[in-house]
Amino acid sequence: MNRKPPLPTPATLPKSPTGITGLDEITGGGLPRGRPTLVSGSAGCGKTMLALEFLVRGATQFGEPGVFMMFEENARELTDNVRSLGFDLDQLVAKKKIRLDHVRVERSEIEETGEYDLGGLFLRLGHAIDSIGAKRVVLDTVEALFAGLPNHAILRAELRRLFRWLKDRGMTAIITGEKGEASITRYGLEEYVADCVITLDHRVTEQICTRRLRVVKYRGSAHGTNEYPFIIGERGLSVLPITSISLDHRVSAVRIPTGIAGLDAMLGGQGVYRGSSVLVTGSSGTGKSSIAAKFAETACRRGERTLLFAYEESSEQLLRNMRSIGIDLAPWVKKGLLQIHCSRPAMHGLEQHLVMVHDLVLAFRPGVVVIDPISNLTLDDSDREVKPTMMRLIDFLKKLQITSVFISLTSDGTATSATEHSQLGVSSLMDTWLLLRNVEFNGERNRLIYVLKSRGMAHSNQVREFVLSDAGIDLRDVYVGEDRVLTGTARVAQESQERAAAGLRKEDHARKLRQLAAKRKALEAQIVALQAEGEVEEAEVTFVIAQETLQTSATQQNADAMSDLRGGVKSGPSRTKGKR
Amino acid sequence: MKKEPPAKFELRLYVAGQTAKSLAAFANLKRICETHLAGEYSIEIIDLTKNPALAAGDQILAVPTLVRRFPEPIRKIIGDLSNEERVLVGLDVQPLEG
Repeated sequence: MNRKPPLPTPATLPKSPTGITGLDEITGGGLPRGRPTLVSGSAGCGKTMLALEFLVRGATQFGEPGVFMMFEENARELTDNVRSLGFDLDQLVAKKKIRLDHVRVERSEIEETGEYDLGGLFLRLGHAIDSIGAKRVVLDTVEALFAGLPNHAILRAELRRLFRWLKDRGMTAIITGEKGEASITRYGLEEYVADCVITLDHRVTEQICTRRLRVVKYRGSAHGTNEYPFIIGERGLSVLPITSISLDHRVSAVRIPTGIAGLDAMLGGQGVYRGSSVLVTGSSGTGKSSIAAKFAETACRRGERTLLFAYEESSEQLLRNMRSIGIDLAPWVKKGLLQIHCSRPAMHGLEQHLVMVHDLVLAFRPGVVVIDPISNLTLDDSDREVKPTMMRLIDFLKKLQITSVFISLTSDGTATSATEHSQLGVSSLMDTWLLLRNVEFNGERNRLIYVLKSRGMAHSNQVREFVLSDAGIDLRDVYVGEDRVLTGTARVAQESQERAAAGLRKEDHARKLRQLAAKRKALEAQIVALQAEGEVEEAEVTFVIAQETLQTSATQQNADAMSDLRGGVKSGPSRTKGKR
Repeated sequence: MKKEPPAKFELRLYVAGQTAKSLAAFANLKRICETHLAGEYSIEIIDLTKNPALAAGDQILAVPTLVRRFPEPIRKIIGDLSNEERVLVGLDVQPLEG
């Protein structure tokens, strides 16, 4: 699907894209153009599928018709087998895009006598190529000839000539071969096809089968050397390529809300970045799935397509349970905005499962992917393959700018130190990590939520209580104080206690104000009384002064009158003070 | 070389051009038939270089290939038919000389 391969493609070696998801990325653009490639593997590992998809994609996507020469199945069987993958060979044959040629070699019918060559095969192939102007050829599997023709010396010489001939005609070819005991193919075809060798393999570990692909050799080109898991899915082959070698995906500055107001507030008020990965961990019953469902519903509300993988509940059950907390997902499913895939992932094996996720994502092109839970993806906790595989998935989603929510079950989230252990080691890959915990206190369990990390944004360091009710999800501030965190009824009790205390204080204040007013009034009254008293005193003093003055002047006048009468000297002071 | 239609042995020889091998095969076939099946056979020669589409019909890979079309079952003998004994075994024909 990805047209731009991450590996550098040297200009010297032209390549033919296979169109197979992931394979072109590993090979840096496809198979060597105009040369044969050997695909080997044991029975049932997907050689024919790979070869056929190469041909079909070539015919439908790259305008290169192809000839499929089969030595084992016949055309009818092959057509039927691949119809389930959406390849309509009948139509392609009718359109002269593909030509099927079944070469049947029956040992019992054949007697050998004297010299011969495989000119008939060459002519047949040449005729098939010319009839549709083919650019691609598949020989599946030419080794059947070894069983049909007893003279291997002639056969080997002829095969060598055949591959040479294909090269001369400029055919990009796939030659399949059965895996040998000690060699790549049973009959040593790798001797003749030396340009590019791909091996397929399927292994069963813990009753789970995983298919793997490896590019053993690619002359003149860089290629991924690891083993890559692949599956044969509903849309053909998908190879899960390595994680992007460079961390160069574009990032978005757009924030999208989680749908839980309180949680958005904890995440700097705006939610998470688009295209980031969110990990939600917690032990059983902490509300992880509810957060995921809410996130999905919110995405649908925004009109974003959402892909939800549920590994613990059936789709019906999930819808019912989420409805009980006010999250109705059913309308979105009907509208086609939400796809829910329920399965037991352990049935497939991790890689195969993740390839399936790949396929579905590429087909549906969602804006949000929820995986609930990733801890179910493996039966074996010590599975070392989990981390790289998850890394591939996360990188893949990031590259497509898909916001991802991963749910992970922790064995028991009582201690924070223990949580890291059960994250499948993926927490470091995540951008945002929400931790849910149960707190048992005062005879009840309550849920707490933390934001352990959230890259690139300010986020709350506070613990919130996480409340699920039929009205939906809500976050409440917890009561923190006196060295403890109160939640649930304890918090409610504490809150009501505080409320009561606050009421009392209010009363108290009013009373104090009233007292103050009364006091002021009393003081004012006192002031008036004092003032009045002062006025009375003043009046009295004035009166006494007036009286005394009057007496004094009267006495003087009497004295003057008396001295006048006596004809004596008037007394000085009295005279000067006296009026003229 | 053709006899009347209801031949007892209906043979077809596929070749690719006038190569040494095809010429040898034809000569060998002619000789064997005349020796052991005189008057009871028909031979049709198909040159695949002229008619490549016919190769698929009888499932021809190797050239030269001699096909016994009749009597059934179909049998094939590949090679230049230089070993008379094996050709007779292939054709399921009893040699005249005991």
